[in-house]
Amino acid sequence: MAAVQDGSIEPEPENEIKTETSNEVLGNPGDASGGVPPTAPVAAVATEKPAAAATDSTERQTLLAVLQFLKKSKLFESEEILRREAGLLNEIGDSQGSGAGGAALGGGGGAEPESGDASSLLSRVAGAVATAQSANATPAPAKVTPVVTGGDDQPDVNVVLAAYSQQGDPVLYPVYYSGLKRFIDSVLDCHRAELSQVFYPLFVHMYLELVYNQYEKEAKAFFDKFHGDQECYYKDDLRILSGLTKKEHMKGNETLLDFRTSKFVLRISRDSYQLLKRHLQERQNNQIWNIIQEHLYIDIFDGMPRSKGQIDSMSGSLAGEAKREANKAKVFYGLLKEPEIEVPLDDEDEEAENEEGKPKKKKPKKDSTGSKSKKQDPNAPQQSRIPLPELKDSDKLDKIMNMKEATKRVRLGPESLPSICFYTFLNAYQGLTAVDFTDDSSLVAGGFADSTVRVWSVTPKKLRGVKTAGDLSLIDKDSDDVLERIMDEKTASESKNLYGHSGPVYGISFSPDRNYLLSCSEDATVRLWSLQTFTCLVGYKGHNYPVWDTQFSPYGYYFISGGHDRVARLWATDHYQPLRIFSGHLADITCTRFHPNSNYVATGSADRTIRLWDVLNGNCVRIFTGHKGPIHCLAFSPNGKFLASGATDGRVLLWDIGHGLMIGELKGHTDTVYALKFSRDGEILASGSMDNTVRLWDATKAFDDIETDDFTAATGHITLPENSQELLLGSYMTKSTPVIHLHFTRRNLLLGAGAYNP
Amino acid sequence: MPPLQSEAALGQSYNSTASERLTKHAADDLPSGLRKEKSALLIADGMADREERKFAEVPRDSVKLMAESVGVELSDDIAAMLAEDVCYRLREAAQNSSQFMRHAKRRRLTVEDFNRALRWSNVEAVCGYGSQDALPFRPLKEGELYFVEDREINLVELALATNIPKGCAETMVRVQVSYLDGKGNVEPQGAVPTAVQSLTDDLLKYYQQVTRAILGEDQQLMKVALQDLQTNSKIAALLPYFVHVVSGVKSVSHDLEQLSRLLHMVKSLVQNPFLYLGSYIKSLVSSVMYCILEPLAASINPLNDHWTLRDYAALLLSHIFWAHGDLVGGLYHQILLSLQKVLSGSFKKLPLGFCFLTSLCVPLQAVERVLFPHLSAYWSNLQAVLDDDSVSNAQVKADGHKVYGAILVAVEKLLKMKAQSRSVPVEGSVAVRERSFPGLSPPQEPVSEPGFGIASHLLQGVAGVPAEEPVPVPLPVMYRELYAFFGDSLAVRFSTGPGIEPRASRAAPPQPPDSKKEGMGPDTTRKMPQLTASMTISPRQDSSPRNEPSLPAVQNSSAAPSRFQRSSSSSLQRSKPPPSKVAQRSAGPPREVFQKSRFPLPPAAAPFSFLIAGRQTGRRCQGRRFQTSFPQLHPPNPSAQPPRGYAHKLPVIGRMGKPVKRWVCSQYSLHLPL
Repeated sequence: MAAVQDGSIEPEPENEIKTETSNEVLGNPGDASGGVPPTAPVAAVATEKPAAAATDSTERQTLLAVLQFLKKSKLFESEEILRREAGLLNEIGDSQGSGAGGAALGGGGGAEPESGDASSLLSRVAGAVATAQSANATPAPAKVTPVVTGGDDQPDVNVVLAAYSQQGDPVLYPVYYSGLKRFIDSVLDCHRAELSQVFYPLFVHMYLELVYNQYEKEAKAFFDKFHGDQECYYKDDLRILSGLTKKEHMKGNETLLDFRTSKFVLRISRDSYQLLKRHLQERQNNQIWNIIQEHLYIDIFDGMPRSKGQIDSMSGSLAGEAKREANKAKVFYGLLKEPEIEVPLDDEDEEAENEEGKPKKKKPKKDSTGSKSKKQDPNAPQQSRIPLPELKDSDKLDKIMNMKEATKRVRLGPESLPSICFYTFLNAYQGLTAVDFTDDSSLVAGGFADSTVRVWSVTPKKLRGVKTAGDLSLIDKDSDDVLERIMDEKTASESKNLYGHSGPVYGISFSPDRNYLLSCSEDATVRLWSLQTFTCLVGYKGHNYPVWDTQFSPYGYYFISGGHDRVARLWATDHYQPLRIFSGHLADITCTRFHPNSNYVATGSADRTIRLWDVLNGNCVRIFTGHKGPIHCLAFSPNGKFLASGATDGRVLLWDIGHGLMIGELKGHTDTVYALKFSRDGEILASGSMDNTVRLWDATKAFDDIETDDFTAATGHITLPENSQELLLGSYMTKSTPVIHLHFTRRNLLLGAGAYNP
Repeated sequence: MPPLQSEAALGQSYNSTASERLTKHAADDLPSGLRKEKSALLIADGMADREERKFAEVPRDSVKLMAESVGVELSDDIAAMLAEDVCYRLREAAQNSSQFMRHAKRRRLTVEDFNRALRWSNVEAVCGYGSQDALPFRPLKEGELYFVEDREINLVELALATNIPKGCAETMVRVQVSYLDGKGNVEPQGAVPTAVQSLTDDLLKYYQQVTRAILGEDQQLMKVALQDLQTNSKIAALLPYFVHVVSGVKSVSHDLEQLSRLLHMVKSLVQNPFLYLGSYIKSLVSSVMYCILEPLAASINPLNDHWTLRDYAALLLSHIFWAHGDLVGGLYHQILLSLQKVLSGSFKKLPLGFCFLTSLCVPLQAVERVLFPHLSAYWSNLQAVLDDDSVSNAQVKADGHKVYGAILVAVEKLLKMKAQSRSVPVEGSVAVRERSFPGLSPPQEPVSEPGFGIASHLLQGVAGVPAEEPVPVPLPVMYRELYAFFGDSLAVRFSTGPGIEPRASRAAPPQPPDSKKEGMGPDTTRKMPQLTASMTISPRQDSSPRNEPSLPAVQNSSAAPSRFQRSSSSSLQRSKPPPSKVAQRSAGPPREVFQKSRFPLPPAAAPFSFLIAGRQTGRRCQGRRFQTSFPQLHPPNPSAQPPRGYAHKLPVIGRMGKPVKRWVCSQYSLHLPL
């Protein structure tokens, strides 16, 4: 159903808002058609409130609150009547007209306690709305349909923004803020770090309040005075904020909406929280207290306050850290049982020949993978948890090939590093945007900014298309080499171009059986190409904005895509509508990856979080925070236990999926990490970056070193070892070629790809 | 409506008109504009202490100006609001566009990124700034005016321009092993083929090992090194170094051994399919030419078999022409010119001409064009040498014989080609291959087949220069003229009848040749058609080697007659034992005869006398006859060529059966498997 609604949406002129802001509309579908009427009044009521509070006092406040309640409950008629009776209609107009009503009131500093009451009352109302929203939104994000239609997002924005219509003296804002700052500076060291987390969200919300209430000068002054105190990793957001100086601009600003629609999550120990609470209550600092109540979600835990390092490693995301509950769900990260395939006889012979060498090689294998196929991994999902396609004969052959290759695989380790082959795209004119290799490394595909997709054969075997239907009918279908006969020799060439997209191709992915290729593009479509005929088979339309990434499931059939509209979609190749919509990210989804068992997908986003989604029910089961920049690549370890992620900040983070913990930080790259790949046995992690280097990391050591005792697992407070330099096994320069894709062949040869960039 | 709202609404409506234009206009100077903003933002970041932010801001005056230009009058405060709004929108668009840049995995923000951002915010894209070059953003001296330089383009000129720009090179993928086992850069990755590459340690080591092996003592090692040089795909970076080594021929011109090794190196390089020789081919060719043309220091000592070397070099040259004709097309004409110079020059350069002929006689056009016109002049030189019987001249004379034989061969081929092209072009081709080398100096045998390939290849090249195309000389005229020079030596090559030929050839030398040539001269015109017929019908009827084993049975002396018979056709080549090796190189039955007879022969042999006969009745020369005879098997300098040494040297060339000294494997024998 989501898709249908989504599909009908016309791109909105100035805003690209797509998140779960629309509690109201969703709750009352009838209202949606009603359209504009409620809109203006809401805003009006909201803005008008200060004025009302000034003239009359509590009585009027109550009246307004009732009015708002009526409106929220959609009792428009009663609202109208009440309004008329109270004679408020005109005043609304007046207050809006003058626009200075609030300021006039603000001048009276003596009225503070009174107006404080009023605002707290108001905030209770607004807060109720906010909590209702978030209550509805967070538990099942996937269920919430992002509904944005014509003029209907206007009311929502206004409702959201209305919460900013706090009354307060703009001149006092800096005073409040620096007061809090002084207090936090004076507390014990152990609490200071924790309480300092409050600064950033507080700063942002105070600034936005000032802007919303049109205290432009004061807002600017406030920003200039305090933005330097904020953690450096928020500088991107601050830059956006700095440009925002008008109330009108707030409506269309995504970043702002992200801030408003989700509560900023902080984790603070109970002691620290009590400290803060007591201070604010003592000082009667309602302004700040209100913000904390309304816009922040403080996740209180019992135990030792966290250190600065611990906090820094986890913060940085657009909406603060993940709530602890968000990562509590059980994740079946184990691998599925491999189907048993008998190895044909002639292979037996071959294996019998190197009998001497075999046992040594086979033994460790047994421990790592062999045991899994024997008995079910306790952490693995049910084999039929999600339906998977049946194995075809060709798939079985490929599996056999894979097994044979695997026996010849080089065992990697710190002492035996992989050889690196680099595929350089020449004459790409800065246009290469995506690369993918097939699993058997026989084909390489490139997506280009000129909307084309090109496929090259890496082996001497040329690419051939199937003959035309007329020619096919002439073929003897019973012959043994029918598969060979259907190919058209005339079309043999080293590379094929696929035309169809109308915008840069940002992501491509081969199907595991090498029969299909997926590509996603700026033109908001995902296309499925046949590698038999080299034509486009399907264009999947569902996204309304550029699609940044797509990937096939390791078992084929399913694929995932994510893009600028902040939702990831799960598709099946034979359905033209998505099967699941994963919604919850607060900014673009920049990369998507399937878990090796195909039951989960991970998405990385420009909101600097990674989410893990359950394919079965669409739930978000993990939220990882800690990156300080948009995440551009993800990689699951082959055993499915770990996840690696790379971002524009040049750092690679390692995550334990089962415990939902960050377990490592790999520092070394100086620019965006665009490629990550684990070696076939998971011993080595290779990372490729815009800084023209490939780096190899000791994954075994990184995963072994971390001690995941129950306490850490329970609290999620980890202290990362500063061991990037020890883990770094090698750093390899390319020549002016950013590395945008990495791939391990079945024998553990590392392939890299990138475009030569003179 | 309250004034504020109406104002906002006004702002909105302007947004869609003036402000949009503003956005576009401001986007024009995107690169610099962005740079400004970036620096402004950086300043903003780092200035907690500073009071004011310095963003790129559009002044309200600009807004008013632009509004006026579209005919809208704006009040100050509206202009101010618009200015601010424009700044905000611009900044927003810039931020959005950076997202497109990041996903395109680029470092540089392009106009296209910005246009995409605009398009997705429902603003028209800004056209006309897609150029890759930076747009110059200039200030005007008078007044504070800045503008983007946007020159007018003359479309007519552009459309009618003759220099059509070349298309972009096609996108391609190149693979390179960048790191082996995580160690070392084998070759810098991503290098475009023409990029200058510095040598890595591995390559340097390879270079040293290979050169040392090739020029060193160990034959086996040399063989391996040459083999590798011929097949290694990764030595492109070393090519200039090897070429440099080869160009060292001049410094070792006294050492035949070294020279021939260098030539082997050339051959390996030429045959390596992974090397693109490019301009290096010139250097290689000049080195080979040096070996052919120059009076090598090694040739002073008659003991040195410099003929082998020259022959080999000539073969190599023809191979280069054959295999790399595309690269050396221009060189071909230069070489012809220098050949012409040799022919018209003094006799000092005589041997060189010989070698040239052996190498270039294959493209027969060359013979016709260069040799034929100059023959008469050259002939007088040659004759003078051949007539001089003085001891001091012996060496030169021997060389002269070689030249004579070579010219003869060339001429013969020329005639045959002419005849063939005249009568039976299709069948003839087979016959010519069979027949064209009856007693020809053997090294040409292997070349023969591809030789036509070269010829045909070069034919096109020659045809491309119509100015040089000589007036074709009719065959009979040519034959007559040539016959005037060569007399019977030529005639016997074109035996007229199946039965006659062997006998005639055997009989001719003892007799004074005059008797026969007298008779043949007038006949030639009539005989030529017959000649072609005999060529097609009976390749084995002439002095083809295959007949020879049977011949000894007929004759009373097993070895001598056969020898004799051959000598009639190319007797000069055998006139002196040491150089005659050249002739015996042919792989075939006759060699066996010779080799068997070689040692038993001297005791039993009666003194033979070989005769070279000729008559000059050409237009320019007076009809003088010459005859040279010298005793067979009595080398002019017996002490210099002891039988042992000779026997020792003999198997050197091209014989597989015995352990060979110089060329161990057939691949490095003189045979060029073309």
